[in-house]
Amino acid sequence: MHNYLQIENAKMVFDTKQGRFTALTDINLTVKQGEFITLIGHSGCGKSTLMNLVAGLNEATDGVLLLAEKEIRGPGPERAVVFQNHSLLPWLTCFGNVHLAVERVFGGHESKARLKERTQAALELVGLGHAMHKHPNEISGGMKQRVGIARALAMEPKVLLMDEPFGALDALTRAGLQDELMRIVRETGATVIMVTHDVDEAVLLSDRIVMMTNGPSATIGEILEVTLPRPRDRLLLADNPDYHHLRGQVMAFLYQKQRRLEKAA
Amino acid sequence: MSAITFHEDRLEKVMKHPETIEIATAGAPAKARPTPFFETERGRAWLAGAGGLFRRMLPPGIGLVLFALLWHLVAISSDGLPGPASTWEAAKTLFADPFYDNGPNDMGIGWNILNSLYRVGVGFGLAALVGIPAGFLLGRFAFLSGMAAPIISLLRPVSPLAWLPIGLMVFKVAEPASIFVIFISSIWPIILNTAAGVARVPQDYMNVARVLNLSEWKIFTRILFPSVLPHLMTGIRLSIGVAWLVIVAAEMLTGGVGIGFWVWDEWNNLNVEHILIAIFIVGIVGLLLEQTLVLIAKRFNYE
Repeated sequence: MHNYLQIENAKMVFDTKQGRFTALTDINLTVKQGEFITLIGHSGCGKSTLMNLVAGLNEATDGVLLLAEKEIRGPGPERAVVFQNHSLLPWLTCFGNVHLAVERVFGGHESKARLKERTQAALELVGLGHAMHKHPNEISGGMKQRVGIARALAMEPKVLLMDEPFGALDALTRAGLQDELMRIVRETGATVIMVTHDVDEAVLLSDRIVMMTNGPSATIGEILEVTLPRPRDRLLLADNPDYHHLRGQVMAFLYQKQRRLEKAA
Repeated sequence: MSAITFHEDRLEKVMKHPETIEIATAGAPAKARPTPFFETERGRAWLAGAGGLFRRMLPPGIGLVLFALLWHLVAISSDGLPGPASTWEAAKTLFADPFYDNGPNDMGIGWNILNSLYRVGVGFGLAALVGIPAGFLLGRFAFLSGMAAPIISLLRPVSPLAWLPIGLMVFKVAEPASIFVIFISSIWPIILNTAAGVARVPQDYMNVARVLNLSEWKIFTRILFPSVLPHLMTGIRLSIGVAWLVIVAAEMLTGGVGIGFWVWDEWNNLNVEHILIAIFIVGIVGLLLEQTLVLIAKRFNYE
């Protein structure tokens, strides 16, 4: 489906103690089904705010957001979120955490055995079939984040929203999870919007990179098509001139154009 | 007293090990012989455990011995205060038959303790029954919390016994009046801690609930309640502590069978040993209640 997710003239204004603060303005973006989009920009540029608008956790002050031709009003399981700090419930096992989501989405019309199957399948998809009955405090940070991804995917969302999902992990774990995410997206055909501040991550994973200007009143500065063929291999990309060219473009946006703007502001 | 002798026992036992280990290592020739216990894996672990226990028990042991010594000195220089030894003797006779029953004015110490615990249990149970839901409501709805805030701030600092006349007036009899005093004085920590716990549920968990679109019931059972439970347990612990503090005073005034009235009765009989024993009993029971709740609270700590 073309223009699966449509954002038109979205604007976000927060009422703070210091007065009205315009976080985002004039946001126009369309996302195709099965596309992988990353939002990149400096801290405070409103990329998480934009993602929260799509998630429905914040409501846009102005403008329209449509998903599959329906207006986004409030949060819902068809827009699953992988939170930065995993947000697993510590009193439930990995299985319990994923099952809570599965039960909510499919509980109305599927048998208990089927719900259990779905939960197990989601955990196996992220390679955690063996840790199913552990509690979050018994597993590593990378594993927790994988449970978070399993929970989101198990809902079979229309869009998977990821807010700096690997930001808190060490570089090696992060690389492993990026590879795994690429595999999962290939297998499931998921539509993904991911917030990141990591240039390499953006180029490696994305079909398009949405680069945002600095706030306040942040907006979309440039959109970069990543034409690298899939499946992508991080080792092969290291010698790929296209990869370096794309990477250079993102760096140029972030460290030349946006830095200058920051000084002017 | 019993606690002190117990520790001395322990100390002696543990003190023996260093000698044992010396003997064992000194007499270790090349000859084939069964490995001495203290050189085996289990033996070393046992020794390390015993050493740790010894180090942990040493300060409280010394503290209790010094306390008994001080008590003894105060007792011999004062007129009428019994020392540790005579109190110990009195306790032995008292606890030889804790459950005798010679009518309502002369019952064994066991009955008195159980009666007090019963009143605390009922009063505290009612407080929990009312206080926990109230705490959840106040934590979830800012408007209700605003409404209740002045009432709670006004009533909370009131001395528990000030409620006794009100209780007696309303209920006409002593028994429910003392339970009412327990109820009203132990309800505040439960309400306040539960409300604070609800207000402090991490926003992340609530975001999960929002994204999943969970029903209010699911939010309560899967997120709110487990998240608030540690705070709730703190409230319950404080509340039981207060209840146990208050019961002694309330029973002194209302009479009946119970540890508080028993203290007053023994004062009228000028049996000071028994009063001292009662003080120890109140302390030990309070400690046991507290420790039990700490153990239960640990079970619900997920961090």
